[in-house]
Amino acid sequence: MKNLLLHPAAKPLLFALALLPLASLVYGVVFDTLGANPAEALIRGLGDWTLRFLCLTLAVTPLRQWLKQPALARFRRMLGLYAFFYGCMHLLSYAWLDMGLEFGDIARDIAKRPFILVGFTALMLMLPLALTSFNRAIKALGAKRWQLLHRLVYAVVLLGLLHFFWMRAGKNNFAEVGIYAAIVALLLGWRLLKAWSGRRMSRVAAIG
Amino acid sequence: MHLIKDHGFTHPHSSEITPREQFEQRRELLRHLATGVAGIGLASWAARDALAQTTAGPGKLAKLPGVKSAVAGGMVMDKPTPYQDVTSYNNFYEFGTDKADPARTAGSLKPRPWTVSVEGEVGKPGTFDLDMLLKLAPIEERIYRLRCVEGWSMVVPWMGYSLSELIKKVEPTSKAKFVEFITLADKTQMPGLRSGVLDWPYTEGLRIDEAMNPLTLLTLGLYGEVLPNQNGAPVRLIVPWKYGFKSAKSIVKIRFVEKQPVSSWTRAAEQEYGFYSNVNPSVDHPRWSQASERRIGEGGVFAKKRPTLMFNGYEAQVGSLYAGMDLKKFY
Repeated sequence: MKNLLLHPAAKPLLFALALLPLASLVYGVVFDTLGANPAEALIRGLGDWTLRFLCLTLAVTPLRQWLKQPALARFRRMLGLYAFFYGCMHLLSYAWLDMGLEFGDIARDIAKRPFILVGFTALMLMLPLALTSFNRAIKALGAKRWQLLHRLVYAVVLLGLLHFFWMRAGKNNFAEVGIYAAIVALLLGWRLLKAWSGRRMSRVAAIG
Repeated sequence: MHLIKDHGFTHPHSSEITPREQFEQRRELLRHLATGVAGIGLASWAARDALAQTTAGPGKLAKLPGVKSAVAGGMVMDKPTPYQDVTSYNNFYEFGTDKADPARTAGSLKPRPWTVSVEGEVGKPGTFDLDMLLKLAPIEERIYRLRCVEGWSMVVPWMGYSLSELIKKVEPTSKAKFVEFITLADKTQMPGLRSGVLDWPYTEGLRIDEAMNPLTLLTLGLYGEVLPNQNGAPVRLIVPWKYGFKSAKSIVKIRFVEKQPVSSWTRAAEQEYGFYSNVNPSVDHPRWSQASERRIGEGGVFAKKRPTLMFNGYEAQVGSLYAGMDLKKFY
């Protein structure tokens, strides 16, 4: 397992795999297999994959500890950047296909509709994370500050979930949102639990 | 002077008349071309030819022929949405919430035998079975725009007749101010009922003058055939100037009442779905603008949206129903 994770081909392989959803959507557009409303299918598909990559990114640390595979950490940055990439494509497809790239209309739409504002905010919060994702930025910021900044990802995933929930709320359709909410609750809950028991442990250590 | 000899009406030699079989083969060839067997340029030329002839379905369901409607606004000139799209992109929550679900799961619906009971404030209540409904008035083809509240639209050749034909037969009393439509809710036929998305059965309502408007269609088919299950078989309503959800599917009961009924979507989210729900580009849905719409089947993913028309383009026929009403308040 460890050898596989450290294999020089592992990263390029993941890079290619993560492009498959985009490739399948592009294929769908070109060969008209996205159903009766391809624009909607494309916009929603890109949104779905943004949320999925956010969940995958957040799953790296719990999995790393649970499976005792520290090498998994190598893939976290790429997954996070893919979440940002799919988010950008999601925004672009909305701006283009739904709004016809009318920037005045887009700005008004974002300001007027909470569910779009929330999604847009989530993507804007990902921007500083993407911009400080390279090694020199970590060094420049210092690991502590960098880590603090990148805790923004928790806000991002919660806003993304709210965006999805609100989008579906109009049609009372929460089944799929529920699945993502459960996954996010698990991933964030694990961290809360960890932080809480960590604090208790350090207190015990201080007393001891 | 040399005169052209008068032969009367000149008939072609019988040898020059195209045999029926050959003529039909030609149509078949055109259809093949239109479905993309040949090159793209040729296909679009052939599709235009095929369109000019008929709005016929693929022939999998029973035929339901009708005469072209003479009702004002009954035959829009917009290009009909392909049958495939009309029957595979449906909001019919009784069969699942995804728009691809009904086409997959509605096979379990049994459209025959079927009855519609008419009750409430009428002189002649009664139960109509499907054959009675099919014979109650001449079936017409009506090509209507259909605008969904979600921001997409289609153009559908429906088969049916004005609901007013049925209403006149049952003689509403003076207390009949509204009409309520109650649709089928049968767990054995409708897998979507297990979800609590809406209160079942799905109900809708119209004011009596809306129900009597000749455009309000009691619909039994589309594209010259009976309704596919996923489109609300065997009998549904079509109210073309209102958002699609007002047009209840698979109706089992029509009730004439004095008080304004509460529709299913109004009960679920009153701020978003009002009783009237007339198509109105200037009244936004809380989550999106209603100013424009995406026409299904038109030009693929990069097609520009088109502006939404007041009352979905039927203002001339129905605008007077709402004279003096604040349509922002009565959304």
